[in-house]
Amino acid sequence: MKDPQAMPVLEVRGLRATVGDGVEILKGVDLLVKAGEVHAIMGPNGSGKSTLSKVLAGHPDYTVTAGEVIFRDRELLAMPAEERARAGLFLGFQYPVEIPGVANSQFMRLAYNSVQTARGGEELDPLEFDDLVRERMKYLEMDPAFLERSVNEGFSGGEKKRNEILQMALLDPTVALLDETDSGLDIDALRIVAGGINRLRREDNAVVLVTHYQRLLNYVIPDYVHVFDDGHIVRTGDKFLALELEERGYDWITAPAAANSAQAQAR
Amino acid sequence: MSSTLQDLIDQPYQHGFVTDIESDVVARGLNEDVIRLISAKKNEPDWLLEFRLSAYRHWLTMTAPEWATVDYPPIDFQSIAYYSAPKAKKKLASMDEVDPELLRTFEKLGVPIHEQKALAGVAVDVIFDSVSVTTTYKKRLAEAGVIFCSFSEAVQEHPELIRRYLGTVVASNDNYYAALNSAVFTDGSFCFIPRGVKCPMELSTYFRINTQESGQFERTLIVAEEGAQVSYLEGCTAPQFDTNQLHAAVVELVALERADIKYSTVQNWYAGDANGVGGIYNFVTKRGLCKGDHSRISWTQVETGSAITWKYPSCVLEGDHSVGEFYSVALTNHHQQADTGTKMVHLGRNTRSTIISKGISAGVSSNSYRGLVQIGPKASGARNYSQCDSMLIGDRCAANTFPYLRVMNDSSTVEHEATTSKIGADQLFYFASRGIDNESAVSMIINGFVKDVFTQLPMEFAVEASKLLGLKLEGSVG
Repeated sequence: MKDPQAMPVLEVRGLRATVGDGVEILKGVDLLVKAGEVHAIMGPNGSGKSTLSKVLAGHPDYTVTAGEVIFRDRELLAMPAEERARAGLFLGFQYPVEIPGVANSQFMRLAYNSVQTARGGEELDPLEFDDLVRERMKYLEMDPAFLERSVNEGFSGGEKKRNEILQMALLDPTVALLDETDSGLDIDALRIVAGGINRLRREDNAVVLVTHYQRLLNYVIPDYVHVFDDGHIVRTGDKFLALELEERGYDWITAPAAANSAQAQAR
Repeated sequence: MSSTLQDLIDQPYQHGFVTDIESDVVARGLNEDVIRLISAKKNEPDWLLEFRLSAYRHWLTMTAPEWATVDYPPIDFQSIAYYSAPKAKKKLASMDEVDPELLRTFEKLGVPIHEQKALAGVAVDVIFDSVSVTTTYKKRLAEAGVIFCSFSEAVQEHPELIRRYLGTVVASNDNYYAALNSAVFTDGSFCFIPRGVKCPMELSTYFRINTQESGQFERTLIVAEEGAQVSYLEGCTAPQFDTNQLHAAVVELVALERADIKYSTVQNWYAGDANGVGGIYNFVTKRGLCKGDHSRISWTQVETGSAITWKYPSCVLEGDHSVGEFYSVALTNHHQQADTGTKMVHLGRNTRSTIISKGISAGVSSNSYRGLVQIGPKASGARNYSQCDSMLIGDRCAANTFPYLRVMNDSSTVEHEATTSKIGADQLFYFASRGIDNESAVSMIINGFVKDVFTQLPMEFAVEASKLLGLKLEGSVG
């Protein structure tokens, strides 16, 4: 999948961000994602890897203090969150939010039409949309009954994750950031969700998987594996790095990195 | 809470202007002479003056209710003007003679008082301060046998009906504000639908308070005889003043055998400013009596205005198999306080009631649902279902639910469900991450929350109410 001629779709340079009362979570992140690639960002809990995906998607709790992000030739950080989604960035949530009273079908149609309108496409009326969404649901082995239920309300962990991938399938993003999409999935659900992701892969789009474990990577094979620790990427390798992490844990990489950063601070 | 979300709910009040019109105002203050003067101005029969005076004498012995979860300084009843009417030069023969300034006022408010411009199928009675200005479509209604006119007119034209039903549902000494109303009420609407008649159009009353120092004390009476059906709508606004004004209305509904009354309110009195200065005190007694077997009374209210709302539209289910319904959306923002709900009093056999209440609180407001379900000893087979949902916007507002259940019959079924939810930054971010802006997100969440109630509103009103919630909850995204 690695193609030196491929177009960069997401370029992160020196990104720093703080949360709430100024605690720095991202401490200088550099990442280059090209069309057609799959990246995995791995790292221990609390390393900041989920924060990276939220900052890129424009979560209001975080403040960017330095760096820049180029998304398909546009300055991503200057765009409000909904603009980023319309431009083709997708965030699959680790904990998808429940929205009582709003039907899943209604929510997804509004999302679909917002994105379509922004891209100069046609809006779909409820009947047309119903056809489209039912077809996409088949691949994820989802019961059409989910369309009438409130968004994520009372869904099991696995159902929520499938619902995220369904939305990804509808919104057809250029870059999908999938935050811990594998957590809470049993082996069958993992296979279905991974199959859904693979089905959406194309020459002109890219996937960034944020994950703690390597098991999803058995199904969605990454081109690059990045180890995240203490707010930045400390090592980059290929899929074998993920296997090594699975075997040896993170300490052998992160401990020296922590020591390095302690040294850096001491200087 | 993000500033964005607060911006969404901080829409300015659209109806806050004052009409410059010459008014006939009775000097402030309350005593028996004032009541006699109001009665004389309205050329009332002696029995009605007696009704007022006895209510007043009773009121003097009562104290203001303090059990509601609302907080306000004591009201000085001597500082209120109890009668204010636009000066009319002579008796009006047609709408063309209505003061153009008044016409413009209601045009600005979007109230259709010209029949030719009116919404098809809605007859309107227009109340400005203390008096009714006009009633549309009277003729067409009369052909069907329906009486729809101002209360004052009804006292002159149909005194026997008024005397027969006035005070039979809400007694003149029922409670503090109902007693006050019974003493000083000035106008309101009267509807009478005779036996077997299905009212051919929606009836509607529009209330407008204009004068700063006046209170509004209207009285509405709706009687549906055996097998009659009617749908009635009520809307209200007031100018923006920095003093509080009192609105203490009484509404009585009487449904005889198999009669059906549907009563809908969109309440948008001035709510005070963002700091809680000014606004209407909306202290209202609304009650319906399902007197006949198989009768039905349904209340739907959308409460968005007033500084304080104290209001419990209720049903007394006296007839066997009678049905009472209460559907409510109450929205409070800034410093608004609402203590609202219903009473369902089951007296007859196999009576049924449904309560669906949706409270939305934003800003630093307080929003309480208070409801009583009472099943009497003879109400065998009675059923009630209650659902009370609260939604919080931001983290400085309050929502309370106070359900009271009093069951004296073991063959009855009473169900109560309640939920509390919150529109949070995380929900809005979820929408945004799917390309949906905050404004559309809030509107979708709120519309989803209130839809069980809005489907009960007549079509034209549902659109109005949706717009009104939109105005209060949407706006410039900061």
